[in-house]
Amino acid sequence: MDKTTSHIPMWLLAELTFACPVQCSYCSNPLELSASRKNELSTEEWIRVMRQARKLGAVQLGFSGGEPLVRTDLEELVVEAKSLGYYINLITSSIGLTAEKITTLKEAGLGHIQISFQGSNRESNQLLGGTDSFDHKVAMTKEVIKQELALGLNFVLHRQNLHQVEEFLTMAQSLGAEFVELANCQYYGWGLHNREHLLPSQEQLIDAERVTNEFREKYKGDMDIFFVAPDYYDDRPKKCSNGWGTTFMTVNPEGEVLPCQAAKVIPGLEFPNVRDNDLKDIWHNSDLFNRFRGTDWMTEPCKSCPEKEIDLGGCRCQALMLTGDATNADPVCSLSPHHDEVLRITAKAQRPYEEEETQKLVFRNPGNSKKIRAEKSELTE
Amino acid sequence: MSEFNLETASFKLNPRYQYQWEEAQQCHVLLYPEGLIKLSGSAAEILQRCQQPTTMAAVVGELNTAFPEAEGLANDVKEFLADAQQQVWIVQVSD
Ligand code: SF4
Ligand code: SF4
Repeated sequence: MDKTTSHIPMWLLAELTFACPVQCSYCSNPLELSASRKNELSTEEWIRVMRQARKLGAVQLGFSGGEPLVRTDLEELVVEAKSLGYYINLITSSIGLTAEKITTLKEAGLGHIQISFQGSNRESNQLLGGTDSFDHKVAMTKEVIKQELALGLNFVLHRQNLHQVEEFLTMAQSLGAEFVELANCQYYGWGLHNREHLLPSQEQLIDAERVTNEFREKYKGDMDIFFVAPDYYDDRPKKCSNGWGTTFMTVNPEGEVLPCQAAKVIPGLEFPNVRDNDLKDIWHNSDLFNRFRGTDWMTEPCKSCPEKEIDLGGCRCQALMLTGDATNADPVCSLSPHHDEVLRITAKAQRPYEEEETQKLVFRNPGNSKKIRAEKSELTE
Repeated sequence: MSEFNLETASFKLNPRYQYQWEEAQQCHVLLYPEGLIKLSGSAAEILQRCQQPTTMAAVVGELNTAFPEAEGLANDVKEFLADAQQQVWIVQVSD
């Protein structure tokens, strides 16, 4: 059967390593952190991946992780990507970045750096990210601007820092950032594990959006602000990565190819690996990419829903996590028979922010990973 | 930056944008952080000529030579460049 799709994977997200000096409690990486880096794709393997994806029509390339700066071959990969004709984005915590490195990466062909902040000041950034890196982030932000490389600042929002939006935007504005993303974290991986302490109240969200709008109004034309609300508060779900198998391809550090970063949580899915297959074959013919492409896989209420082309039934991973079946409607949808589960979760979040709660977050690090694994196996014994 | 006199100034493609032919989409595109703009044939013909510093008169002249049949070319170019200036796809070159 020829299943060749007309969709082009315009975006290749290259997760170069799971290693990361930051310890965000909302990280969407798997809880089972592999402590070793020996299974990571080699430079040659990444170059092959980039070539194959480019042939398929991929044009935006994101280097991420973990922390992509951990890879010593990053510059080499950027040079290769540039010669292939990619627009290259680096998604980083900025730890490991220096002024010289910015220069070399720019000369190698890097187009855009996105620097993420965990908190809006030194103390909170350290508390929420587990590293003393705030001053360095500010310095690197200035340096990127000085070297005239496109810059985006990313502030990952949740219950423990939503009240800092004003402080963050004030800082971003004074640094001269042109593009700021305020993205509420998603609840996958570590984020799911910590959801109770990450999911904000409606009131926190309304406040943060109001502040955001004030800044938008005031600095129109100088600073673009993009606000991503947590989807638990909508009554319609978001499309999964612009539609499963339509636009995005993620290759993880060990070569597995995913339609979206979170897809690893779906049991019974086999992840094709670039070590065994050509990306073209994976994109067009793999069971994984075809499983939820389009609308044929749907069950009710999506199957006969007039809106099905709009959201394609939402996120498959969310459907699985909250309803136990990945072919169900995303329960964020008010038409889903499981929607009350989402309402139950959000109802519990309608308490005010309290500073002490931050201590309950479980940070992403190998020690905690081990601990969680031990707890899990105790449960299953 | 985006405020300059289109009629008199030298300008070129904003270095923040990457202009190229995309085989898979059979069109020229402008790439920028995390996004892409597909260009029509005539837009591409114009931007193609803005990769090095140039002026509006030069672009119109080159296009008139390349497409002698085309009518109202000068106006179309002006309209497109004014829009491109607004979007900051082109920036002034100070000489
Ligand atoms: S979310 Fe945080 S911990 Fe996870 S990869 Fe990004 S910076 Fe590292
Ligand atoms: S029922 Fe399914 S297709 Fe319809 S709006 Fe809800 S999630 Fe989307």
